[in-house]
Amino acid sequence: MKKAIVSLLAIVLGLVAGALLMAVTGHDPIEGYRYLISGGLKNRERIGNTLATATPLILTGLSLAFSFRTGLFNIGAPGQMLFGGFCATAVGLTFDMPRALLLLAMALAAFIGGALWAFIPGLLKAKFNVHEVVSTIMMNWICYWVVYYGVPAYFKGPSLETESRLLPDKATLKTPFLTDLFNGSYVNMGLILAIIAVIVVSFIINKTTLGYELKAVGFNRDAAEYAGIAVNRGIVTSMLISGGLAGLGGLTQYAGNAANIQIGLLPSQGFDGIAVALLGASAPVGVLLSSIFFGVLYSGRGFMNAMTDIPPEIADTIIAIIIYFAATSILFERLISWISRRRGDKAAKPDKPDGLAETVKNVGKVGE
Amino acid sequence: MWGIIENIFPYAIVFTIPLLITALGALFSERSGVVNIGLEGLMIIGSFAGAYTISKLQDSYPGSAWTLWVGLAAAFCIGVLFSLLHAFASINLSANQVISGTAINMVASSLTVFLARNITGSGNIRIVQTFQSFDIPGLSDIPILGPLFFTKTYWTTWFILAVLLASTFLLYKTRLGLRLRACGENPHAAEAAGISVRRMRYLGVMISGGFAGLGGAIIISTYSGEFNGSVAGLGFLALAALIFGQWKPFGVLGATLFFGFASTIANVSQVIPQFQVIPSVILKVFPYVVTLLALVLFSKSSQAPKASGEPFESGKR
Repeated sequence: MKKAIVSLLAIVLGLVAGALLMAVTGHDPIEGYRYLISGGLKNRERIGNTLATATPLILTGLSLAFSFRTGLFNIGAPGQMLFGGFCATAVGLTFDMPRALLLLAMALAAFIGGALWAFIPGLLKAKFNVHEVVSTIMMNWICYWVVYYGVPAYFKGPSLETESRLLPDKATLKTPFLTDLFNGSYVNMGLILAIIAVIVVSFIINKTTLGYELKAVGFNRDAAEYAGIAVNRGIVTSMLISGGLAGLGGLTQYAGNAANIQIGLLPSQGFDGIAVALLGASAPVGVLLSSIFFGVLYSGRGFMNAMTDIPPEIADTIIAIIIYFAATSILFERLISWISRRRGDKAAKPDKPDGLAETVKNVGKVGE
Repeated sequence: MWGIIENIFPYAIVFTIPLLITALGALFSERSGVVNIGLEGLMIIGSFAGAYTISKLQDSYPGSAWTLWVGLAAAFCIGVLFSLLHAFASINLSANQVISGTAINMVASSLTVFLARNITGSGNIRIVQTFQSFDIPGLSDIPILGPLFFTKTYWTTWFILAVLLASTFLLYKTRLGLRLRACGENPHAAEAAGISVRRMRYLGVMISGGFAGLGGAIIISTYSGEFNGSVAGLGFLALAALIFGQWKPFGVLGATLFFGFASTIANVSQVIPQFQVIPSVILKVFPYVVTLLALVLFSKSSQAPKASGEPFESGKR
C-alpha cells in the first residue's frame, strides 16, 4: 500500500514538474496534457497504439523487476533488448518456414540472444564479483557497435545504410485479428506475449522454489548461502531470465511495432524498463500498469506535438523526472511516516519501511 | 606507418581531452565515496550549456575567441548545479546512487533536447566558430615529439592538462585531498577525525559535475561544433577509463589516451589502407572489452575506493 502511494506521488510530482516546464517555456500546460492524454486514449486505434508502445516496456520492465528481486541491477537491458531483436531479425530475414514455426524460432532467438548478452555479466559477477552495473554498461556499448556494423554488413536495406531490410509480413508479430479489433492500429501479438510473460514471471517469483531462492539471494546473499542455496548459480540464472525477457522486448519492438532494426541507437525502452520496474515496485502487475501509463505518454506525444507547439521530448522529460522522484522516494516515505506519527498513531509498529520488514520476514524463513 | 601515427596522433589527443576531464571529475566523486554513472548526462548538460552560451555570444560579438572560454565556464557552472541533484539524492537521502545517476542521464538527454527545440526549433544548436588548432612555434620542430604533441594542438588541451596536474596535487599533496580520499575509504574513521563526510562528498560530486560539463563543452568547441542531444556514450567510456585507470589521475590519463587512440583509429580506419585489415567493429568494441577484462584481472586487487557507492549514515558502524 505504501509502495503504491509512493509510486503515485512520484507520478504526480513528475507531472507537476512537466507542467512547470511547459509553463516556463511559454506553453499552456493544461492544453498540453489534454492533447497528450487524448492522443494516447482518444479512440480505439490510439488505445491500440498505446498498448503497442507499452508492449516492449512491459517486457523490459519485467526484466529489470526480475533482476531487482535477486538484488541485481541489470542496467544492460538496452543491450540485451537490442541483441535479442538483432537475433530475431536475423532469423526472420534468413529462414523461410511456415509462419508459426518461424515466429517461434524468432522468439527463441530473441530470448537466447538477450540471455546470452546477460550471461557474461552474470558469470563475471558470480565468478569474479565484478559489479554488474559496470559490466552491463560495457555490454550495452559492445552490442551497440556489433549491431552498428552487423546490420549493414549482413542485412542491409535497399536504400538506407542505417537500417536493416524490412521483415517479410509473415515474420512479424502483426496479426489481422488485433489490427482490426483496434481499427488499424499497429498493436500486435507482442502484447499477448507480454501479458503471458507477466503471468509466467509472477508465477516464477511467487510460486516456485527457483523464485523463492532467487528472492532469498536478493534479500541477503550470505544468509541464502548459509541456507544451502547455490548463490552463484542463482545470480547467473537470474541474469539469464532477465536478459531473455529484455530480448523478447527486442522481438516485440523490432519485429512487432516496427519491421526492421535501426543502427546507431540503444533502445530507450531498455532504460525506461528501470523506471517501469521502480514505479511498479518490482511486482509484475505493477510493471504492467506503469508500462501502460508510460505508453499513454509516449504514444500521445506525437498528437500533442501536432496540435500544439510543445516539443515531444516533454514526455521523455516527465518520465525521467518520475525516475528521479522514484529514486528519492525515501523522502516521501519519511514524510508519510512523519504524518502518520503526528496523527497520534503512536501505538503503531516501529517505524520500519515495508521493504525492510519484508526482508527480515523472508530471511527468517530461509532456515526452515 | 610512422607517417600515419604522426597524422592521427593530434586527432587522438583532441578526442582524449573530453574523456580525460570527465573521468578525472568522476575520480573526485568516487574517491569521496559517491558513484556517478550520470557522467553521460552531465556531459550532455555541459555541451548544451556551452553551445547555447557560445552561440548567443557569437551572435552579439562575432569573431571573438573569448566567447568560447565563457561558454566553457558556463558549462562548468551548469554541470555543478545539475550534479547537485545527484548529490542531494545520494548524500542526503541515501538513495540508490545507480538509480539516481540513471535518472540524471535520462533527464539530461530529454530536457536539453526539449529546451533546444524551444530555442531553435530543430533540437540542434550550431556554433559559428570553434577553437582553432595551431602549431606551437619552436616546439613543433622537435623531432618525433614535435609532430606528435605540439602540432595541430588546441589551447583547451593544455588547459585540461594543467587541470590534471593541479588535481593530482590537490588530491595527494594537500589536506583537503587527503580528507576527500579518506571519505571514500573509511567515512566513519574520517568522521571520527572531525571531517564532515557530507561536505566532502558534496565537493566530490560537484567537481565531477563541473568537469563533466566542461568535457561536454570541449566536444562542442573543438571537434564537433554542434549540440545534438547526445555525446555518443563518451560519458560511459569515461567511466570505463576511470576503472581501467584504477582510480588514479595518471592511470586515468593513460587509459583515456588509450581509448582516445582506439576510437580515432576506428574512425579513420576506412580511409587508411593499413587499418582496413582490422574490422572496424573490433576497434570500436575494444575499449569496452578491455575494460571487462581489466575488471576481471583487477577483481582481486582492485584499487577502488572501499566505501564508494555506499551511503554514509553517521551512526552506523
